[in-house]
Amino acid sequence: MQHTIANAAHARAIPKSPTGVQGLDEITNGGLPKGRATLVCGGAGSGKTLLATSFLINGARCFGEPGVLVTFEENGDELASDVASLGFDLPGLIDEGKLFVDYVRVERSEIEETGEYDLEGLFVRLDHAIRSTDAKRIVLDTIESLFAGLANASILRAELRRLFRWLKDKGITAVITAERGEGTLTRQGLEEYVSDAVILLDHRVTEQVSTRRLRVVKYRGSHHGTNEYPFLIDRHGLSVLPVTSLGLTHHAPVERLSSGVRQLDEMLGGQGYYRGSTVLVSGTAGTGKTSLTAHFTDAACRRGERVLYFLFEESPLQLMRNMRSIGIDLQPWVDKGLLNFQAYRPSRAGLEAHLAQMYQNVRDFKPSVTVVDALTNLLTAGTANDVRAMLMRVIDYLKVNEVTGFFTSLTPGKNESEETEAGVSSLMDTWIVLTIQEIDRQRHREIRVLKSRGMAHSNRVHEFELTDRGLRLLDDTGPGIRATGGG
Amino acid sequence: MQQTFPAEAAPDMANFVLRLYVAGQTPKCMRAFSNLKRICEQYLTNRYQIEMIDLLGNPALARGDQILAVPTLVRRMPEPVKKIIGDLSNTQRVLAGLDLSVDLV
Repeated sequence: MQHTIANAAHARAIPKSPTGVQGLDEITNGGLPKGRATLVCGGAGSGKTLLATSFLINGARCFGEPGVLVTFEENGDELASDVASLGFDLPGLIDEGKLFVDYVRVERSEIEETGEYDLEGLFVRLDHAIRSTDAKRIVLDTIESLFAGLANASILRAELRRLFRWLKDKGITAVITAERGEGTLTRQGLEEYVSDAVILLDHRVTEQVSTRRLRVVKYRGSHHGTNEYPFLIDRHGLSVLPVTSLGLTHHAPVERLSSGVRQLDEMLGGQGYYRGSTVLVSGTAGTGKTSLTAHFTDAACRRGERVLYFLFEESPLQLMRNMRSIGIDLQPWVDKGLLNFQAYRPSRAGLEAHLAQMYQNVRDFKPSVTVVDALTNLLTAGTANDVRAMLMRVIDYLKVNEVTGFFTSLTPGKNESEETEAGVSSLMDTWIVLTIQEIDRQRHREIRVLKSRGMAHSNRVHEFELTDRGLRLLDDTGPGIRATGGG
Repeated sequence: MQQTFPAEAAPDMANFVLRLYVAGQTPKCMRAFSNLKRICEQYLTNRYQIEMIDLLGNPALARGDQILAVPTLVRRMPEPVKKIIGDLSNTQRVLAGLDLSVDLV
């Protein structure tokens, strides 16, 4: 009997208010509890205000829900310029009547307290703000500041309790931000009053790598992801990277793209890679990963397509000089604006900042091919799991936009350890492995297609050489080819 | 919005311009008003002016003077602006808040 009741309660899913924050709506199965209050807590600089304002701004812009922002910390101008740096036009929304901003300032030094009072003035202000925009959403950021401004904490607590009840009665969806306390979620124990949903933000620096994380601590009456999810703040705002985000609903183009090496195309079902797929080229140092990449880049540019090239180990000039030695000149593509190099060292910034930058570049340049050379360098920017989670998100983003992703991976040492790539290989549609064999004091380069989803591909190991006219597979009737499979 | 009272100074004569923010005729607010009136009569005879603002009728006015608590007394003149919140039941503290305690000693 009880079981049935529980099921019935479950079936009646609570209404949600979408945040419009990429990833967060996925984790919360649709957004924050509608008509209820959500507590967003975290330390200084953890992104509380940004999350809260994103909720409001997206509500006003995308979901037809006007909002009220009550800020207890920043003044309106500071806030507008803060969010403007993330691409939000606060004054515009205010002019359109979709947003109302009230800046509440309490300066304890200017205030004398004598006798009884209540916070009806605040209620009047909120009520006025809500009515004047017909608001459906409200953010109180950070109401705890009142504890610093008013001496009588017991009045304040009673009034906050009344305030949260009042907001609930109004049926407005509220976000309350609060500072993280020592051993408690919030400094002033606000979780006692606001308990429908609690989101915890965290900004950690481990081994000089900064990572932001988000966790839904509590969500009454709803399923929610319980993991810690990495999130990014870039100039497009905030986005959460759900670990299990691979929606697998993206379109699968059937168009094929030449690898730039005719013989390799033949190994790949005769036609090359699929557009919008992911390609991993792995191998030890000096096996020709970058050469293979240059071929693909050159081929794409010849078709008039744009290529975004992340280069983590050398400078673009050095790369282009080296590629000229195998007869590939990439400079003209750079000059024509078809090829865009982004060269930097991943360890310089944290994983978060790093992937944010990659996102931005893809968004801005709108390439049809994105190269990451080498993926291995990203591994130094975070733990394997973090990197994998973020990479998954990047790949998702590429796939949704039908951008072909081309990744190189350096296999450490001489042994062709496939474990290194094991973490990311499942994200890849095509995996090409390059190796060098030393036979009779001669180095033989070998190429094989370890996997290639959705196409009949060669399962033979082919020997190749790097010539002044590019990468060339040795004719398989000629010497030096050792077939390992039935190919 | 504005009420004037006898024993107040003419506007140009008043050197204490006070504003009392209330929200409806609640006991707290009424108490604050009578306390204020008594203190002014006693210590600021012919030197003050009280303007009472009911926020329920003028909600937009709460922003200008940064009103949160009710009742709030704002000393607009002389500057700097001072605020006293509560029902003004402690005369000494009200006088301190108005910077009048010095005159008394």
